[in-house]
Amino acid sequence: MLLEGKPVAAAPSSKQPLVQVEKISKHFGEGATRVDALREVSISVYPKEVVALLGPSGSGKTTLLNAIGCIMEPSSGHLTLDGDLVYDNRWLKSDLRRLRLDKIGFIFQTNNLLPFLDCTDNVALVLELAGWEGVKARSRAIELLDYLEVGHRKHALPAKLSGGEAQRVAIARALANRPSIILADEPTAALDSRRAGIVMDLLRKLAIEQNAAIIAVTHDDKIFNRFDRIFELRDGMLEADRKLKAKAN
Amino acid sequence: MGRQNYKWKSAVNLAYREVRHKLGRFLLTCVGLSLLLGVVLSMIGIYRGLVDDALTILRVPKIDIWVVEAGTLGPFAEASRIPGDTREAIARLSGITAAGAVTYQTVEANHAGRKLRLYAIGYEVGRPGGPEQVSAGRLIVRSHYEIIADEQTGMNLGDRIKLGRRSFTVVGLTKHHVASGGDPAIYMSLRDSQVLQFELAPPAARREIARGAAVLSLDTVNAVVARADPKVDTEAVADTIRRWKHLGAMTQQEQERVLTGSVVDRARKQIGLFTAILLTVSTVIIALIIYTMTMDKLRGIATLKLIGAPDSRIIGLILQQAVAMGVIGFVFGAALVTLVHGHFPRRVLLLPQDVGLIGLIVLFVCIAASSLGVRVALKVDPANALGG
Ligand SMILES: Nc1ncnc2c1ncn2[C@@H]1O[C@H](COP(=O)(O)OP(=O)(O)OP(=O)(O)O)[C@@H](O)[C@H]1O
Ligand SMILES: [Mg+2]
Repeated sequence: MLLEGKPVAAAPSSKQPLVQVEKISKHFGEGATRVDALREVSISVYPKEVVALLGPSGSGKTTLLNAIGCIMEPSSGHLTLDGDLVYDNRWLKSDLRRLRLDKIGFIFQTNNLLPFLDCTDNVALVLELAGWEGVKARSRAIELLDYLEVGHRKHALPAKLSGGEAQRVAIARALANRPSIILADEPTAALDSRRAGIVMDLLRKLAIEQNAAIIAVTHDDKIFNRFDRIFELRDGMLEADRKLKAKAN
Repeated sequence: MGRQNYKWKSAVNLAYREVRHKLGRFLLTCVGLSLLLGVVLSMIGIYRGLVDDALTILRVPKIDIWVVEAGTLGPFAEASRIPGDTREAIARLSGITAAGAVTYQTVEANHAGRKLRLYAIGYEVGRPGGPEQVSAGRLIVRSHYEIIADEQTGMNLGDRIKLGRRSFTVVGLTKHHVASGGDPAIYMSLRDSQVLQFELAPPAARREIARGAAVLSLDTVNAVVARADPKVDTEAVADTIRRWKHLGAMTQQEQERVLTGSVVDRARKQIGLFTAILLTVSTVIIALIIYTMTMDKLRGIATLKLIGAPDSRIIGLILQQAVAMGVIGFVFGAALVTLVHGHFPRRVLLLPQDVGLIGLIVLFVCIAASSLGVRVALKVDPANALGG
């Protein structure tokens, strides 16, 4: 109910991917210090899909997520989000910012809530940036916090929250503007298995109700069975692309 | 328009919220800054007070022409000695309405267990050279043993003080009559001052005077001050006096210029240099504070970028805090100086234009300093928010 209601411009055919990564490479540094974080990685994620990025530490998972999230320009390759080609030199920084605000929700392993705003305002700020009027933004923020079972902490500052509570507030913030793409870096690392399950259910529900695509980096084998697909990275290359039989759907 | 307004009011003010989150630290910074700016303001105030005090002594007798020893810029900038009877000659000049002989000397005395340095001004009671009014008590009426003292001497009406061999009674008080050297003024009759000059002169000189040596007669004064008829050209009258071989003459304007130019100039250079150093230090400190404040919230700024906050929001955050810090620090500083300047050993004269100027400089420095922080903030990669 909470996640319904955003008019979908045109029901996207499930043929068209929401996130299309084509031969994206990313290297840091040059010469002797050059690190190839991504080497010609191509993946496609379709609406209503919940996919996992797997791989050992340093394999390029965060780098790929950053590239998809339009916060790091790849060295080469193409990225298409919801039919729009990104990084073709036509995009200004401010356009990318707007794109992030409108289409992408971020959930990260470390709690990156603003330390000086209480939980409600951390969530409401995103809505306010998207043009919501203050009172409405706050009441929607509180609804979302309730939905994520952290409503009782709505006036607490992030420093006063447990890791799991902070993570759920961060998720509320990521969902606030009803993004069509949710990028999550180890979203459940700080949660117990029951709450990890709740978060995954929530993400799946969002994917279905809003035709959203969810891409999550995880090491958490408790939740492997909740993904539709698993992309495995090794040394910056896509090693495996496994389709699982997801429980839901 | 109305909607815009409403939105603005209900928007989360990040600058305010962040400051409130770290209120103690912010206020402490403001207090530190206010102390610094308080010192800057007092330095300027002390300089202004110094000039104003020195000029007060000069202006109070309402003089048009100063007659001094030929070839000197006396009696404030250089020593000047002329015979006491010069006064009569000057008074007879056409265009001069009144003239009085005056002496200036620095004397030391003990009062209430404290050693005082006083700037003793001797004048002919009833003639130009002394104060025309007092802030308390009365003017000198008897030609002996009465003085008018500046409040800064710490003396009160009725107090007695020993100067030379004789004792004087304070009959009147003045405000802000302080010589450029910082010594508060006292006024006494010319006769008393000449005796004091004699008593305080070194023994050898005293014997000379007693023998009646022409150059050092007892009836020596430092200057003759004269008022001119407002209808005549004082410059022309001064020219006439200058033609007398042993006399020099300065108009009031010239005298003020000499005083500010020579005596006060030294103070101005010292205080000016000190103020400039303090202002530079304040600038560096403000810039550093704002820079550190920005560095401290880089992660927050990266998060703001990540969730799609426009640059204007981030610039606003830094700029508003910088300006708030400057304004609060400055207002506290100015308030502090206003509150405590009465307890300063020297007079602090806060002129509105000086306070305004420093305020503008602080504002400018804050904005300039925050541009440094803004540049860093705008370069921050939103990926920094991810950390770990
Ligand atoms: N800003 C950077 N500058 C230089 N090298 C970088 C930068 N970011 C990442 N790398 C390098 O790129 C490679 C991939 O890093 P990435 O953070 O994507 O790994 P990861 O799979 O997310 O690892 P982890 O599981 O430890 O989070 C690593 O070798 C890393 O050192
Ligand atoms: Mg990572």
